[in-house]
Amino acid sequence: MEEKLTLFKNRKRFGIEKNIDIIFKNTALVLSSFVAIILLGIILVVFFQSFESFSRYGLKFLVTSEWNPVKDEYGAFSAIYGTLVTSFLSLLITIPLGVGTAIFITEDFVPKVFREIIGSFVELLAAIPSVVLGLWAIFVLEPFFRAFFVSLHNFFGWIPLFSTEPTGRNSLLAILILVVMLLPIVTSIARDSLNQVPKKLRNAAYGIGASRWKTIFSVILPAALSGIMAGVLLALGRAMGETMAVTMIIGNSNAFSWSLLSPGYTISSMLANQFGEADGSQVSSLFYAAFVLMILSLVVNIFAQWLVKKFSLKY
Amino acid sequence: MNSLYYQKRLSRNIGDKFFTSLSVICALIAILPLIFLVTYILIKGGSQITPELFTLEPNPPGDDLDAGGINPALIGTLIITTIASIIAIPVGVGGGIYLAEYSKGGAFSRFIRFGVNVLAAVPSIIAGVFIYALIVSTKILFGSMYSGLAGGMALSILMLPTVIKTTDEGLKLVPNELRYASLGVGASMYTTILKVTLPSAFRSTATGIVLGIARAAGETAPLIFTALFSYYYITSFGDLFYEMGSLAVLIYNFALEPYDAQNKLAWAASFILVLSILSVNIFSRILAAFTEKTKRV
Repeated sequence: MEEKLTLFKNRKRFGIEKNIDIIFKNTALVLSSFVAIILLGIILVVFFQSFESFSRYGLKFLVTSEWNPVKDEYGAFSAIYGTLVTSFLSLLITIPLGVGTAIFITEDFVPKVFREIIGSFVELLAAIPSVVLGLWAIFVLEPFFRAFFVSLHNFFGWIPLFSTEPTGRNSLLAILILVVMLLPIVTSIARDSLNQVPKKLRNAAYGIGASRWKTIFSVILPAALSGIMAGVLLALGRAMGETMAVTMIIGNSNAFSWSLLSPGYTISSMLANQFGEADGSQVSSLFYAAFVLMILSLVVNIFAQWLVKKFSLKY
Repeated sequence: MNSLYYQKRLSRNIGDKFFTSLSVICALIAILPLIFLVTYILIKGGSQITPELFTLEPNPPGDDLDAGGINPALIGTLIITTIASIIAIPVGVGGGIYLAEYSKGGAFSRFIRFGVNVLAAVPSIIAGVFIYALIVSTKILFGSMYSGLAGGMALSILMLPTVIKTTDEGLKLVPNELRYASLGVGASMYTTILKVTLPSAFRSTATGIVLGIARAAGETAPLIFTALFSYYYITSFGDLFYEMGSLAVLIYNFALEPYDAQNKLAWAASFILVLSILSVNIFSRILAAFTEKTKRV
């Protein structure tokens, strides 16, 4: 009896054990705050490095397109315009494609096995490094589309968007390769939000006699809209920051042109091209461009996060 | 009576057929690039694979007919990703532990989770720009400018959000009963985390982290002006402080060369990179599906 009681004798924790516990907790706290430190560090460093250029050009930097290291004049309009145009147009193609694929995967047109295979195929596409996509774009996509671009120019040359003779790499190819990169993002997020729509809603719509696609368009898509929108915004952020594939295929020319068939520039491809060899005030101007890119993608991303919180499904 | 049967000609049925075929077409277009891409890389890159590829240095671009091998780039990619993992995994797992185990949903943890999402969305080239400004241009690492170490640091910034997120989410899935049981028998908090919760979340967390590493291995943008590129063998520890090649940068540089031999080397490097990344992805998918099935047994 006595022995058994000693088992339950009150034992105080050793001081050393308590200390380890406290140290462990604080270490984890410090490590988690690293995220905030790095994020603030990035913003501050890029801002201060761009300060020289910022004080010299101010907001004029955003609307002039001269980029001339010899004359020491810098303006990033071409690159900013290229970033916005390539990302928005690629998104315009990706949204119907991605949402259509997501609907295909979530509806029961074909047995589940096939749908799962297609779903994981699309997700595997996201795992391909962008530099490999760029290589593929140079050697496969460009020759493949060359004839098509020429006829596009011949028939629609009167539209400013197709007004230049296609010569190899151009903005339209960059848009196409961006579509390939964005498709997995939009598809997988759209699929997740379509899957989250409760079955009750679908059954109710079927019950009052709606056809399958009436149900999809009037019930399921509206219910999943916030999630899809967030996915689209995330994809937009990705498109604006995407560097390698775009740099390799867009042609890298700072000459401003409305035409998608002429070589263009984006902020990230400008950084990739010039950062290594820049010196003097060009470096500061590149940091300014990087700052603009960062603000653009941060705004889009924060808006996406806000949208998810605000409109997340309430069923 | 007729209205009880399915009528093909009804506009709603025709519309349904139309949209169904439209979504089938969308799905086909969506998987087409992957199929084209993978077959092309397998054929074009696979035909370049020789034993010398893994042992030789690449020759500088020029009229040389022989492009050499990719040994320095292959080793460089391994070293740079290892450096990135050594930095990002402890920091990320520690941060994830704090978020999942200690934080009580207050302002700080909400801010950090928000920050993790924002950091994940920072364009990868910005990570390169940041490390360039912080480390390369200041020569803070013992006077060396471009270095494999700086490249690894840039990659670690991209890996960090993935690691934190997977740790956080993996730990949140561990049932609270396990924690109560452990704390109830008198274990301290850190023993509970290290001996009970972390081990039971190990598989999902490890899978996420491995996928993050695979993704980082293919990143190019953060390396082009931090690690730069090198044609020479990596022989000693000191080489960490000099320019270091990587498969991704090799593909970028050699794809833009006008010479056929260099282009072929780029295809061979893509073959190796894509094959290893895809096999890691597929393997972890199979593993995840397998655990899902056996979990309840």
